[in-house]
Amino acid sequence: MSPKLRRASAGASPDVSADVRRRPGAVPPAGQARLRPVSLVMAAALLAATLLAGVLVGAAGLPVGGVLKALADRLPFVHVDSGLGVIDENVLFQLRVPRALMAALVGGMLAMAGAGYQGVFRNPLADPYLLGAAAGAGVGATMVIVLMPGDPGYAVPLAAFVGAISGVFLAYVLGSTAGRASGAATLVLAGVAVSSFLASVQTFLQQFKAEELQRIFSWLLGGVGSADWRQLALIAPYSLVSTVVLLAHGRLLDVLSVGDDEAASLGLSAARVRLTVLVAASLATACAVAVSGLIGFVGIVVPHIVRRLAGGSYRIVLPLSLLGGAAFLGMADLVARTVVEPAELPLGVVTAFVGGPFFVAVLRSSRREVEI
Amino acid sequence: MTVLVQGLDVALGGRRVLKGVSLDVPAGSWTAVIGPNGAGKSTLLRAVLGLVPSKGEVTVAGVDLGKLKPRQRARMIAYTPQSPNLPVGMTVFDYTLLGRSPYIPHLGREGARDRAVTAEVLDRLDLTAFAARRLGHLSGGERQRVVLARALAQQTPVLLLDEPTAALDIGHQQQVMELIDRLRLSDELTVVTTIHDLTLAGQYADRLVLISGGRVAVAGEPAQVLTRSAVEEHFDARVRVTPGAGGRPVLSLERP
Repeated sequence: MSPKLRRASAGASPDVSADVRRRPGAVPPAGQARLRPVSLVMAAALLAATLLAGVLVGAAGLPVGGVLKALADRLPFVHVDSGLGVIDENVLFQLRVPRALMAALVGGMLAMAGAGYQGVFRNPLADPYLLGAAAGAGVGATMVIVLMPGDPGYAVPLAAFVGAISGVFLAYVLGSTAGRASGAATLVLAGVAVSSFLASVQTFLQQFKAEELQRIFSWLLGGVGSADWRQLALIAPYSLVSTVVLLAHGRLLDVLSVGDDEAASLGLSAARVRLTVLVAASLATACAVAVSGLIGFVGIVVPHIVRRLAGGSYRIVLPLSLLGGAAFLGMADLVARTVVEPAELPLGVVTAFVGGPFFVAVLRSSRREVEI
Repeated sequence: MTVLVQGLDVALGGRRVLKGVSLDVPAGSWTAVIGPNGAGKSTLLRAVLGLVPSKGEVTVAGVDLGKLKPRQRARMIAYTPQSPNLPVGMTVFDYTLLGRSPYIPHLGREGARDRAVTAEVLDRLDLTAFAARRLGHLSGGERQRVVLARALAQQTPVLLLDEPTAALDIGHQQQVMELIDRLRLSDELTVVTTIHDLTLAGQYADRLVLISGGRVAVAGEPAQVLTRSAVEEHFDARVRVTPGAGGRPVLSLERP
């Protein structure tokens, strides 16, 4: 450092010490935002506790010790006699375990997809339903419920999955052909148009069969009460693919946060990153809506809480949203099935009802800047 | 490295913004692109970078930029826009580290060398104490230095700076210009800036290129370009031009 250079910039000499004192430990000393192991461990522990609670709590009143032993018995090389009867074992492994896992999977997918959408659109209010995934899934599910008499079985999740993907595809094609290149704003507008259009189609369809309104609405309001191993197996591979792709794009989403032009001057094609992340996030969203209906709130709030607590880099936000979303929805499902026992609340109602005040509490307690 | 622009044509929304613009920027020199509002100065920089479609040829040290991959180009030319997007929550260190993008594998992560280069650049720009500061907490002058830091972290031989002194007070303008000049001399950088302030341009640049109506009107040494008649013709302004230190022209407004 030459003396002249020092002098040139000495005028703007910072009062950094005061800034550091105000926020001890808020930022790593080198100034590099990174995923700290302690955050990761805490999120994982929260998720594990939620899963355990999800398995232990329920109407059948299974003995805690028996449940723990039965779970341990399923581990490789461990043999424990749980003392549970056949019915209890069935309740545990056919109802509770898949349900707890499903809640976690759906929550993780929605929160991670939400974080991905927010990165792509550089807007913390973007949610995974922005481009028509929800409306598309609604049309698919409603169509099956209205048109197929009797028990449609797996046709509803399948149609919802296809509907969600088609909705996003439609919005993307419309958005990238209507505007020049694939600008983010045009895409959002196309998403709004496609969502409204599909929502009207859905409303039109449900008017055909007023007697099915309750089934349609109970699907729309969302829930994981019907979760089973087969559904889990159906969406697991897609969830895995989108998780791997999204987690790999954390750094690129950080680069994208300076805008398309500057990203291009850094050698990055914004359009390519945007398309990849959108495809992966939409796949995750489609997985979630297919098996759980429309659950709002998770996709926006969980990434936001993560940003406030752990930092704004997408290398932090994506993995912690995955874990945090899984824990959040696990807890919400616990509330949904215990508060008005033996009845159940729709999961989408609980996420907003419990999540709203929780979100306000986090906003108030944390002094961090809103980070985008 | 020498930057050569030949016959650059750019049309935006059907309007021809640049018409056959040619530039010759010798290696290690500082060229300032001046011109009235809307003349196409920023478009020229963006076209050189390939951010807008253009016809014509742009070469750096004889290499055709149009034939390079985006990442290779980003190792040749660094760019700071007139109003950069600064994510408010990002730290100065992380923002500067973005400049290492062209060297980091697409889906990979930065290595020790990238962090070392970033730390070194921050040190050179007296920003080490700011490393953990968030971009939203910086003043205008600090912000400009941080944007420059990101460009330097790219370790390119050529810097394209679009209005690096916009929105700075006279003291910070001087600091930033001195800083750019020192970096240019020590790292043998080739610098092209657009700049509004004609006197400032004349004080620092080796060569001025006056763009008007999408064409190069005059190019040459500051004293050749900044004449009373040229300023009147292209800027519609009445100025008095007096030779300053080293023969560099100083402009002052004259009331009609």
